[in-house]
Amino acid sequence: MVNLPSEQITINLGPQHPSTHGVFRLRVTLDGEVITDVEPIFGYLHRGTEKLAEERTYTQIVTLTDRLDYTSSMINNQAYVLAVEKLAGVTVPPRGQYLRVLTAELQRIASHLMGVGFFLQDLGASGTPLMYCFRERERILDLFEMLCGARVTVSYMRPGGVFQEPPPEFWPAVRHLLDTTPDAIAELERLISENEIVLARTKGVGVLTKEKAIDSAVSGPNLRASGVAWDLRKADPYDVYADMDFAVPVGSNGDSYDRFLVRVMEVHQSIRIAEQCYRDMPGGPVRSELPFFFRPPPGDAYAHVEASKGELGFYLVSDGGIAPYRCKIRSPSFINLTVLAEMLIGWKVADLMVIFGSLDVNMGEVDR
Amino acid sequence: MPYGLGIAKGMMVTLRNLVRKPVTVQYPEQRVAQHHRFRGEDFVWYEERCTGCASCAKYCPQGIIKIVTAPSGEMTQEGEKYKLEVFDIEIARCMFCGLCVEACPYDALHMGSGFERARPRQSDLVITVDELKASAKKPSTWFRPQLQDRGYDPFQPGDDVSWQDAGREKSVAPTYEEMLQRWVQGR
Repeated sequence: MVNLPSEQITINLGPQHPSTHGVFRLRVTLDGEVITDVEPIFGYLHRGTEKLAEERTYTQIVTLTDRLDYTSSMINNQAYVLAVEKLAGVTVPPRGQYLRVLTAELQRIASHLMGVGFFLQDLGASGTPLMYCFRERERILDLFEMLCGARVTVSYMRPGGVFQEPPPEFWPAVRHLLDTTPDAIAELERLISENEIVLARTKGVGVLTKEKAIDSAVSGPNLRASGVAWDLRKADPYDVYADMDFAVPVGSNGDSYDRFLVRVMEVHQSIRIAEQCYRDMPGGPVRSELPFFFRPPPGDAYAHVEASKGELGFYLVSDGGIAPYRCKIRSPSFINLTVLAEMLIGWKVADLMVIFGSLDVNMGEVDR
Repeated sequence: MPYGLGIAKGMMVTLRNLVRKPVTVQYPEQRVAQHHRFRGEDFVWYEERCTGCASCAKYCPQGIIKIVTAPSGEMTQEGEKYKLEVFDIEIARCMFCGLCVEACPYDALHMGSGFERARPRQSDLVITVDELKASAKKPSTWFRPQLQDRGYDPFQPGDDVSWQDAGREKSVAPTYEEMLQRWVQGR
């Protein structure tokens, strides 16, 4: 047998590769089938959101935050308006806070369903599980259409509350959704969680250790899958999360399967929170009156929320004008991407998309 | 797992989905119902209500509303009402956030419910003042609770909203007697 010489080969995956999430490019160096080096290259979706925010008024920036992580617009809205309220010292009526938490949790369900669906799509289960997830997500988006007339780019929240009272038909629709979604998630779990192919492809694949996750400031479901029970809704409660009773699901190994499972379990917790919001919804106004062009006093404020992908923070600096002097966005997907290279090295090309999909990053948020 | 049990389980899933109603909608022929709050593209504008204050243009995050006004000679008692010479909404860049509608103090501008205005050229995607005047008066109820409370539905045929009914007040223009009282006899 002749010992043939072999050499490493570098290939580009993306930015138009159909199985990448958004416009994202990975320069992968391969030794045969084994990945030896990974360089993530991004910036293809850069829109300059932080710079644009400097020339928009505080209310207008809400529309920009929709487009950060476009699968969880409500939570982005919430993070931003919390920062503005902190900066301007505005209090929110209780009904406004409850509506925010209710919509944010519905959005978290939708976002996690999308994350799980695309993860299964990356495993090669083309179509079916993704459509199971999308079917449920659609019903949540229908609720958002009732609330605010848009399905994805909602712009629902305003500094000082939410923009408008929900229509009367919203409440029976939420009731129906909360009654039927657990069954639909259970169906998805029956289909996937014990599936031998899923187990073989994900158990022990792409392990992110607890120490590495903490060192790299990974947050959200990816951190909790590694065994760290860190959830900003518990650790630093905002809006009315302090009154809510829910658990923080934690994984044990930090592999792709745990990341998938933590998301599914979080959907159940989100339904629990939404149930409590529905039950305890107080009356009263939804918004405290603020002029459109309001001027917060000079100073700075940082507010962070537990977004569907991790800790989403807005740092706003005001110079006393109608627009922020600086708007810095701490986006979870960007920071979660930093561990990608280490997780991928040593695995085969076929596992690349599985590990990347299990991280559930959103390019709209990475590039901003 | 005994041999064949996996196949049986799989076939059960198939069987369950066989009797289920499909969720897919064949779009151009079938449509899903839209909610009456839907923020769509064919803006509804009432010339009679608009004073040309350009709040909508000022509030627009994209700056795509262009307004040129001229004195109209109308309503000089109640403050000048301006005539709109240009009211261009460049909806190619519009993101349908609805801030212009939220800004309108006289309820003159409303969102529409359409979503199918695709054109081959970007220059065709400008709604001009003539188009706004001629458009169907079927506003969306987004940020217009007065329409929603009435049970109005933009998708019902033949339920156009006149300019008198579109506002959050009863009648928009003061009557002659009111003006006489307020501006002549009251002084």
